[in-house]
Amino acid sequence: METLLQAHGIGKNFGGVRALHDVSLSIRRGEIYGLIGPNGAGKTSFFNVLTGLYSADSGHFIFNDAPLNISAPHEVAAQGIARTFQNIRLFANMTALENVMVGRHLRSSAGVIGAVLRNRSTRDEEEGITQRAQELLKYVGIHRHSNVLARNLAYGDQRRLEVARALASEPTLLALDEPAAGMNATETLALRKLVEQIRCDGTTVLLIEHDMKLVMGLCDRLAVLDYGEKIAEGTPAEVRRDAKVIQAYLGGELA
Amino acid sequence: MKKHNSAKAWAGLFLIALSLTLLPFLIGHSAGNAWVRVLDFALLYVMLALGLNIVVGMAGLLDLGYIAFYAVGAYLYALLASPQFGLHWPVWAVLPLGALVAGVFGALLGAPTLRLRGDYLAIVTLGFGEIVRIFLNNLNSPINITNGPQGISQIDPIRIATQPLSKTLDVFGLSFPSVYLYYYLFLLLTLLVIFITLRLEDSRLGRAWVAIREDEVAAKACGINTRNVKLLAFAIGASFGGVAGGLFAGFQEYVSPESFSLMESIMVLCMVVIGGMGHIPGVILGGLLLAILPEVLRQGAIPIQQALFGKVLLDPESLRMLLFGLALIAVMLYRPAGLWPEKRRKRELSGHPKPVEESIGQS
Repeated sequence: METLLQAHGIGKNFGGVRALHDVSLSIRRGEIYGLIGPNGAGKTSFFNVLTGLYSADSGHFIFNDAPLNISAPHEVAAQGIARTFQNIRLFANMTALENVMVGRHLRSSAGVIGAVLRNRSTRDEEEGITQRAQELLKYVGIHRHSNVLARNLAYGDQRRLEVARALASEPTLLALDEPAAGMNATETLALRKLVEQIRCDGTTVLLIEHDMKLVMGLCDRLAVLDYGEKIAEGTPAEVRRDAKVIQAYLGGELA
Repeated sequence: MKKHNSAKAWAGLFLIALSLTLLPFLIGHSAGNAWVRVLDFALLYVMLALGLNIVVGMAGLLDLGYIAFYAVGAYLYALLASPQFGLHWPVWAVLPLGALVAGVFGALLGAPTLRLRGDYLAIVTLGFGEIVRIFLNNLNSPINITNGPQGISQIDPIRIATQPLSKTLDVFGLSFPSVYLYYYLFLLLTLLVIFITLRLEDSRLGRAWVAIREDEVAAKACGINTRNVKLLAFAIGASFGGVAGGLFAGFQEYVSPESFSLMESIMVLCMVVIGGMGHIPGVILGGLLLAILPEVLRQGAIPIQQALFGKVLLDPESLRMLLFGLALIAVMLYRPAGLWPEKRRKRELSGHPKPVEESIGQS
């Protein structure tokens, strides 16, 4: 399979803390790729470097066979990488529909003049944005709540809304930061189906997750981070047998 | 059904238009033309409040130096249409130029503040507002541009076609005094500003502003170039201020730096906050109330005190600030989202128990 994203020697320090050290990994087009590791292993730091929220101290990414510009978050988004956040970051006082409509920003272009004149092309564009946003709400299964303020949605629905908003930009790679955190078993199952559906519809998924059952069942391949370094990469079965992984998760003495 | 509704809407619109047209006659004949003049100023303040509302209400950027753009518009008009440089440009050229120049100033002053938020942003914009005023105060030497603290006088009145708005116009036996003519001009431009802000609010750009106000990091992750979008908010907000400033200069026929003090910035900010941040009808209400009520007080304070106590205990000016402060405190206590808030703001500040935990895990 063709490689979609390659990370080469990504490093990131916060003062004296080494959050990421020489992390290299490659994600293939069309797969669900998991990033796991104990708390503080650097998973979210990796996400933040990839999506331009942190600047990398070393290393670079190749995305879609071209160097990825990670200078700013909106640049990354424009190149086809959308993300969700570990602690949900919705536009709390906008409705669910409006949240997804903001997500269409990259796929629309109306500026000040278009907004004021509201000419034919702007009206068509707005209509397209609304329609696509409705479809996405339906896709993630919360279209009943399209006019509810994001802050008033149930927790699981907020997570889904964040996914819908990320999908609105039609990304090539969807990066999900602990999408199942705080979910009950039913919600997790539904989320799993959603992620599989997203992959089926042609979007590659990068996933940080703590729920081992979910990761092992859902991901095609995984990378394991520990103390900012990649200690293993492979299929779930391979990773599960890896001595270093067992040591990282269970502690040295037991391994 | 739909047709019926639109007929009703047109009828309503017609009634509003009619009453707005007749308003100066009603007020002028019942209370005197001085009150029409107050109304003219109120319309200028509504324009300012709507401009500031884009920056503060929609994009969530606290700007305490907004009056600087009013000053830029006013001085531009003053310099281009007065004996100061012997220039007498027509109003249709000066006003758009004023909007443009103020917009550029808005972007220039906005640019260094892009990384700042909240208190820090407020302090820096406050400083910028004062810098502009102090510049105007001191640009009389070595080369005299603004006449310094004396201000610029003998500014050309606004002239539409051949009619200067400073002179009474008689048509069909009806007499339109100067303040009426200015009222109609200001009303038209205020309606234009309202139209533009309504359109902007319900657009891709308006959503991007609100997204930045709600969560800047998430907005960036959605692909919004927050730098450009914020600069646009500053520039568009400032351009409204520039237009209002030009109108002010032509109306007063005199400008001086003291009209653009920090108090004025705060006054306009209060209009936005008391009216209802981010909610256009609320902001209009706030602008009208805060522009008209102090005048009512100024006129009413002395007679009322004399009737009650037989003498004047408090001069109207200090009473005005006192009541103004009290009103602010009352609004903040009882209607923290403003007198006429946006529905979503109301919910935001109503203190309902949240059905959902705000966030989980580390941030």
